[in-house]
Amino acid sequence: MSTTLPHAPTEERVNYLNADYGWQSWLFTTDHKRIALLYLFSITAFFFVGGAFAVGMRLNLLRPDGLFQHDTYNKLFTMHGIIMVFFFLVPSIPATLGNFLVPLMIGARDLAFPRINLLSWYIYIVGGVFALTAIVRGGVDTGWTFYAPFSSTYSNTHVILAAIGVFVSGFSSILTGLNFIVTIHKMRAPGMTWGRLPLFVWAHYATSLIQVLGTPVIAITIVLLGLERILHAGIFDPALGGDPVLFQHLFWFYSHPAVYIMILPGMGVISEIIACFSRKAIFGYGFVAFSSVAIAVLGFLVWGHHLFVAGQSMYASMVFSFISFLVAVPSAIKVFNWTATMYRGSISFETPMLYAFGFIGLFTIGGLTGLFLATMAIDVHLTDTYFVIAHFHYVMVGGMVLAFLGGIHFWFPKITGRMYPENWARIAAIIVFVGFNLTFFPQFIVGYLGMPRRYATYAEEFQVLNVLSTAGASILGLGYLIPMIYLAWAWRKGPRAPQNPWHAKGLEWENSPSPPPTFNFDEQPIVTEEAYNYAGEVQVGRH
Amino acid sequence: MPTLSLVPPRASTGAGQVDALYGYLLVVGIAMTVLIFVVVVFFALKYRRKSPDEPPPKPIHGSIPLELTWSVIPFLFMLVMFAWGTKLYFDNYTPPRDTLDIYVVGKQWMWKVQYPDGQREINELHVPTGRAVKITLASEDVIHSFFLPAFRLKHDVVPGSYQTFWFQATLPGRYHIFCAEYCGTNHSRMIGWVTVMEPVAYQNWLAGSATGASMAEQGQKLFDQFGCVTCHVTDSQGRCPSLRNVFGNPVQLEDGRTVVANEAYIRESILNPNAKIVKGYKHDVMPVFQGQISEDNLLQLIVYIKSLSASTAAPAKAAATQVQKQ
Amino acid sequence: MADIDATLAAHPPQLKHHFDDTEQQLESSTLGMWVFLLTEVMFFGGMFGGYTVYRNMYPDAFASTSHFMNVTMGGFNTGVLICSSLTMALAVRAAQLGSKKTLILFLIFTLILGFVFLVVKYFEYHEKWVDHHIPGPGFRYEETRYFHQAQILFFLYFAMTGMHAIHMIVGAGLLTTLIVMAARNKFSALWYTPVEMIGLYWHFVDIVWIFLFPLLYLIGHTK
Repeated sequence: MSTTLPHAPTEERVNYLNADYGWQSWLFTTDHKRIALLYLFSITAFFFVGGAFAVGMRLNLLRPDGLFQHDTYNKLFTMHGIIMVFFFLVPSIPATLGNFLVPLMIGARDLAFPRINLLSWYIYIVGGVFALTAIVRGGVDTGWTFYAPFSSTYSNTHVILAAIGVFVSGFSSILTGLNFIVTIHKMRAPGMTWGRLPLFVWAHYATSLIQVLGTPVIAITIVLLGLERILHAGIFDPALGGDPVLFQHLFWFYSHPAVYIMILPGMGVISEIIACFSRKAIFGYGFVAFSSVAIAVLGFLVWGHHLFVAGQSMYASMVFSFISFLVAVPSAIKVFNWTATMYRGSISFETPMLYAFGFIGLFTIGGLTGLFLATMAIDVHLTDTYFVIAHFHYVMVGGMVLAFLGGIHFWFPKITGRMYPENWARIAAIIVFVGFNLTFFPQFIVGYLGMPRRYATYAEEFQVLNVLSTAGASILGLGYLIPMIYLAWAWRKGPRAPQNPWHAKGLEWENSPSPPPTFNFDEQPIVTEEAYNYAGEVQVGRH
Repeated sequence: MPTLSLVPPRASTGAGQVDALYGYLLVVGIAMTVLIFVVVVFFALKYRRKSPDEPPPKPIHGSIPLELTWSVIPFLFMLVMFAWGTKLYFDNYTPPRDTLDIYVVGKQWMWKVQYPDGQREINELHVPTGRAVKITLASEDVIHSFFLPAFRLKHDVVPGSYQTFWFQATLPGRYHIFCAEYCGTNHSRMIGWVTVMEPVAYQNWLAGSATGASMAEQGQKLFDQFGCVTCHVTDSQGRCPSLRNVFGNPVQLEDGRTVVANEAYIRESILNPNAKIVKGYKHDVMPVFQGQISEDNLLQLIVYIKSLSASTAAPAKAAATQVQKQ
Repeated sequence: MADIDATLAAHPPQLKHHFDDTEQQLESSTLGMWVFLLTEVMFFGGMFGGYTVYRNMYPDAFASTSHFMNVTMGGFNTGVLICSSLTMALAVRAAQLGSKKTLILFLIFTLILGFVFLVVKYFEYHEKWVDHHIPGPGFRYEETRYFHQAQILFFLYFAMTGMHAIHMIVGAGLLTTLIVMAARNKFSALWYTPVEMIGLYWHFVDIVWIFLFPLLYLIGHTK
């Protein structure tokens, strides 16, 4: 292998992007990389739909007496939640970066079930159509949590349409998880043992376990809710002998593990980025890998922390509180190990690494504020206030979205064969970070002060903090738009990237061109070293 | 209230305790955040790549002692959070024996407050300082949540059941009541005020807003009106059990179970009598009142039945005589 | 390229390009089907959870409603399904041995037994319809004191058996597909993976019924 610096190719090879043209070659593709791009475009579109609702909400919250009618505002926050949770966060990294990279990272030519992969995208689109139909027909106003008996008996909005959208999209998630589990078990290249898997792959394996075990429960919960709305048999309606808290248990049994579906892949991305831009193996590989699985398992045992004030027994609440503290430990382990990786590393500050720094800071804050909510007596005051909203936006946006953006930038050269403009990207990363904190930090304060969530109008003394939050949101929105522009530009017009511009370790970088050919590798890779062996040779490829 | 305060006013014995625990969480949280921040920035600067041709650093694969240390120590801090938070939670949800009982019914989109002596308010709650107050919550329709930020307390108001919490107010003043569980169109307008008063002022207020009939008296009227008196009036006469001295005491059921006759039991027995049949009595004798009695009226009936029990009759009488003294 | 047979052995027609060999492909398909069945367990599990909660909340109402379960039809259907699992297993065996005619025969038997189950289910549901035991505006119940509880319990009955029946219908469709594929000589002793996978699915649907039948029909029936 050449040891000189990599040079960009002068002409384009055949790769997965130019192997075939025409809409049919995309809509009927079975190539995991093309499917990842189909997902990328649809997920981005849904992100901006969900973001539009957020814009409406923050505009409304500029004034204590609001802007829109209450019914309108109630629909805005409901649709924001449904779109962001089910159509953006849950699929985001797994269906885009996961789909693209898992086969490459383990040395496989595709996922185990390529046609099921394509089917999962179509199912996602069908689910999305139902959700969009619910929006266009007038919206839903139950909150993304669909609590009964309001959703089953009292709401007169398009609950069933939205519920079908969520139900259908769940199957997309199940199929993605199923595909990853089988792929990771059965299709690793020779020499790629479990102990040599990139942490991105471990993270997706743990995520897939949750997808496969948890999503069916919300599917059946939605079926029961929908039937109840039609038949009024009473399963969740106390006036008819039912138990509304049963709905909450069934709902949160999935929806809590779901948040780990959302964050674990992001943690996987961060592991890859930190190793590369510190040029050093992740400290405590075994602990980080195992912590992903531990989070997945423990995540199934904490759902009752959403029911501390709901009428759940005090003793059950105690158990849920304790396990909620336990589940924080593996997350903390990851943060410490990432930090330790930087010790005596060789650190550079390209955009992906900036996003990784942002992730560490914001995820730490988000995770720590989760401890506040796990503390029962504090949760009594804070639940259903803006403190909770700030907490989950810190982990979901400050964590997940930053990881997503970091990952998109990191693997952009691999996916497109081009480089993005580094200076614009750094500026956007900083704008996102500043805008994000300005938007959501005030919400911790206004939450402890007592401002409840899902309020279209609020007490006057909360106005200053709300105005700050809206100002921050406009900066954050700008931060999101800038990458849309330069990434789209760079895809077509950016300078061609060499095979391994970051000199990263990993089969996707060392053994596959940028962009990869349809079947990923010119020769079957054979793995002979540990992951992140930055002290050894880094292959930069001929291309 | 200064607009730059970071906490709501502290108006109950519990509020200060919650704030103290919050303070502990803040200290630990901020310390951890600052620590990570400082270390990350320090490493980023100290170990920044000085030149592109720099040789790769030596790998450091891990350290089990370090992993154990930074797992166990944070977990110990968390155990304090857990223990403290759990203890405080148990205290806040376990009312003392002698409480002033006030009844709150939530419905879309208002709070209806009833006092034992019969005063009624909408979206207003008056409580005295220095006395334990127990709030019993009922819903007429969907799930609501009764939130008093100044007391750091809330509880969901769940239709089909009674939920309770208690507090002891300390600081006179007027504080927010918010509904904190989304309940439809005017969820954000389902708000009100809790007024804390010194005991003398409170008694004056009670006297001034007295409507005449106490909850127990209203309950007795309903008891006659719905025909309950024809069966349940004095001692056991065959068809149905007497209600004297039932409330607060154990009840033997026909299926062998023993339950305590609390508010929930009385409510269920009115709305769905065949759910629990007292030993020695028959099914299908008592009419089913599901859907026929409002939550307000149910509470009045329950307060009346409470007054038929020797152990719980005393506070009601004491409040009544206090009013008469004014 | 020396020998066509060697080529075919190295690259059988059903081997998909992203797999290294047929063994990997078969193992992947098998693991995939087992993971899918696990998701089905969780799916039905939610309903079993709801059933457990309400059975504990309303034991008397439950005992009352179980008298209206048609144990004869349910028991007959249980026998039908167990036999269909046998015929399905024999079909898989036939595929293993490469016996096309026997394979098609047993697939058809399984399909017929599946239809018998569904027909009996239709009569059972019809009986419930006549008795006004279908939840909704037309619901009536003999013992008025259990009206609301009975409606919830029948709701769960229909949700669980209905969901099971939907899975049976899907299974019938899959069996039909298998029969067509077998008739078109798609299977051989070297490759019969779809038969095996759908066999797993069919056994799973059978097992769900084995749980449903005692819980819904048998418990409390004799009180």
